[in-house]
Amino acid sequence: MAKVLLEMRNITKTFPGVKALDNVNFQVEEGEIHALVGENGAGKSTLMNVLSGIYPHGTYEGDIIYDGEVCQFHNIKDSEKLGIVIIHQELALVPEMTIGENMYLGNERGHKFAIDWNTTYAEADKYLKMVGLSESSKVQVKTIGTGKQQLVEIAKALAKQARLLILDEPTSSLNEEDSRALLDLMLEFKKQGMTMIIISHKLNEVAYVADKITVVRDGATIETIDNRGTEAVSEERIIKGMVGREMTNRFPKREGVTIGDIQMEIDHWTVHHPLYPERKVVDDVSMYVRKGEVVGIYGLMGAGRTELAMSIFGQSYGTNFSGELKIDGKQIHMKKSESDAIRHKIAYVTEDRKGNGLVLSQSIKVNTSLAHLDAISKHTVIDGDKEYAVAEEYRDKLRIKTPSVEQLVGNLSGGNQQKVLLAKWMFAEPDIMLLDEPTRGIDVGAKYEIYCIINDLAAAGKSVVMISSELPEVLGMSDRIYIMNEGKMVGEMKAEDATQENIMALILQSGRGA
Amino acid sequence: MTMNENKMNVGAFFQKYTMTIALVLVVIIFALLTNGNSLLPSSINNLIAQNGYVFVLAAGMLLCILTGGNIDLSVGSVVCFSAAVGCVLMDKGANMWIAVFVMLAIGLAVGTFQGFWIAKLHVPAFIATLSGMYAFRGFSNVVLNGFRVDISNEGFLNLFGGGANCYIPDILRGSTTIETGVLNLTCLAIGLAATLAFVLMKVRKILIQKKLNIHQSIPAQIVTTAIIAAVTMWLTWKLANHKGFPTVLIWIGLVLGIYQYITTKTAIGRHLYAVGGNEKATALSGVKTRNVYWFAYASIGLMAGLAGILTSARGKGIDPTYGEGYEMDAIASCFIGGASAYGGIGKVSGMIIGAVLMGVINQGMNMISVDSNYQKVVKGLVLLVAVIFDVLSKRQKR
Repeated sequence: MAKVLLEMRNITKTFPGVKALDNVNFQVEEGEIHALVGENGAGKSTLMNVLSGIYPHGTYEGDIIYDGEVCQFHNIKDSEKLGIVIIHQELALVPEMTIGENMYLGNERGHKFAIDWNTTYAEADKYLKMVGLSESSKVQVKTIGTGKQQLVEIAKALAKQARLLILDEPTSSLNEEDSRALLDLMLEFKKQGMTMIIISHKLNEVAYVADKITVVRDGATIETIDNRGTEAVSEERIIKGMVGREMTNRFPKREGVTIGDIQMEIDHWTVHHPLYPERKVVDDVSMYVRKGEVVGIYGLMGAGRTELAMSIFGQSYGTNFSGELKIDGKQIHMKKSESDAIRHKIAYVTEDRKGNGLVLSQSIKVNTSLAHLDAISKHTVIDGDKEYAVAEEYRDKLRIKTPSVEQLVGNLSGGNQQKVLLAKWMFAEPDIMLLDEPTRGIDVGAKYEIYCIINDLAAAGKSVVMISSELPEVLGMSDRIYIMNEGKMVGEMKAEDATQENIMALILQSGRGA
Repeated sequence: MTMNENKMNVGAFFQKYTMTIALVLVVIIFALLTNGNSLLPSSINNLIAQNGYVFVLAAGMLLCILTGGNIDLSVGSVVCFSAAVGCVLMDKGANMWIAVFVMLAIGLAVGTFQGFWIAKLHVPAFIATLSGMYAFRGFSNVVLNGFRVDISNEGFLNLFGGGANCYIPDILRGSTTIETGVLNLTCLAIGLAATLAFVLMKVRKILIQKKLNIHQSIPAQIVTTAIIAAVTMWLTWKLANHKGFPTVLIWIGLVLGIYQYITTKTAIGRHLYAVGGNEKATALSGVKTRNVYWFAYASIGLMAGLAGILTSARGKGIDPTYGEGYEMDAIASCFIGGASAYGGIGKVSGMIIGAVLMGVINQGMNMISVDSNYQKVVKGLVLLVAVIFDVLSKRQKR
């Protein structure tokens, strides 16, 4: 048995209201590629952030033992000094700067008072060659493609004398060919003795590259699967670990709901990336939702679900739209305007409640009324009493736990913030609600309450589209399920026909076919 | 639990009223240092007259800052430019109302113009208004030919706070001239009426809160209401004993009233706070966020026009250097008054406290004849300390 390079012992990390990691144990041996898999929000990234010092020592419980010593990292620099280098999912390169400048950013060569550019570029070129890039390090980063940028990130990590390289979803923005090249590069590094941790959703890649696979679920490590046998471990085996949890009573029953006519329908809906207009983010998608129906859209991160919903909501995402949108059977020519979408009785409840949903510095009351100020004002003058009454009404209805609706939203727990966000959009009186990850980052109890609210919406005849990365949630809540992958609709199932395994299989098949 | 709550209440109280407490202390300190001279009716009158433009510009500036810490550097130059055009017009014999209209129109036009680039083309506000600061200073010089132009129009001076007779005449006593040494009944009546109206409004608000069961400390509200009413009456008494209400106070009051209304009661006011708090979320709520920016910059342009009127009236004319540094006074008032440099937070009431604090310190230092260079140092330190305090008190909350 090889030497254990890293051991994370009994790691517990709590965020306000949520236990992100619960007593996690995790071991990596020297010279292996160790994969971390799990659903979104399972705690993989949090665990790596603890390891790299982004969450400094003292903000979590437990020990990190690296190379036989207990470590207390206070920032990224501390962990990098020991050769623990993390490459984040989002590229962290400055597009305007050269490859060489980027690689040594914060790690500059030369004296204290003058950067030695000759050494910088010479060394940068050396590392670029190691990752198989032929570009000169004097080229601006923005002039090379994303696949090559990812390689630059790796070269940057190598330049920091990495011993333990952590790659968080390294292939999420790469095409098939670039991904394969990157994985082969990892295997090459392994031969040279490098230790690596890879976080990935793409199980075929994990099975291809990893020696061991640790499954993380609900903030705990569930099992570690050995993948060093002659035959690669099957994806089904990994999926079982990822989703295998008890499903009893987590979802309230929806009773007495009659599903009516088709409320909204899209046909051949195609959306392009706003910055790279040649890239299709949503590709020829057709779907519909009926009155009183809850339709789930499942897909992995980057499948294009959020982009689909936002493009329906007043084209608030993307460019070069094509396709038809029908509401109540009538074709709608919507302008690029959110207020137009609201006028057509569509609401989009964002997945990113803090970033795109709520004004944290304002009260519950102000947030509740923001999308529908017309309803409580006369000649654009707000009727304060009416507004207060409305906020109170929704506080009662959604059971938002707060002493007063004058409370700042920033002071609420995640679950209560999510309820305020729902209140805001329910008050806008939509017929069609596009809910994007409505239970992300909130605890089980609050999730149940959100599910009850969704059921009430359906009972009131609203059409609900629920986007989720959590398979059990999609299965437990939906009447019908659409499955998306890489911008395309790859399947549609009735809830009673769907199982976790056949949905996952569908995604993996479509991914391989591409 | 109750211990904690009490502690929080005391902490929250100090945090909320820091600047008010600071203001009271500063007033007391200068009253002691000047042997009470700083509280003489004439001093108070001066304070108001000198700082009229600050209130007006700071009200406009507050809206810009609310949108996300954006500022308008051009207001000082626009004040000078609009005043220059107006004064030249009056000098050429134009009717004062035409001049007033032109000055306001110039301010609004400049604000709309700059706002267009900021809102529609995403030109950073700092740069768009910096270029305005240079350009309109230059235009002012061009219009004035580099020389001072005086105003001889008595009606204009009296109405906008310049010259010896810029007070509301004591109609109740039946006099049309301004008298000193007699109790001004009109002034007293206006002050009383305003205080009464304010108290009634507050009582109505408290009653509604009670009806709707809004949890807000009623005693605290009664105390603040009483204090504000007392201060207003005290000021009225002081002014009534001098010459009466200075006319500039009408314009200040009007502007502050309108801006208080905009920020608290209207949809556009709500949008200003929302854009500054989270622009993306606001856009996704169907608000045309760029128009909100445009509104803020058009509004401060209009205020610059009004400030041009007040400044030229007080100076009985216009000089090509008038208005220099006014933008900084306005910005400082907002930040001292608790506006957030990141936007989304700030109140008209806070801005008023900030402006008065700056004014009192200025005047007090003048009265005890502090060297004018050191006055600037003190002003700078006050701004720094105010903002540091704001940052620290927010950090403790986490």
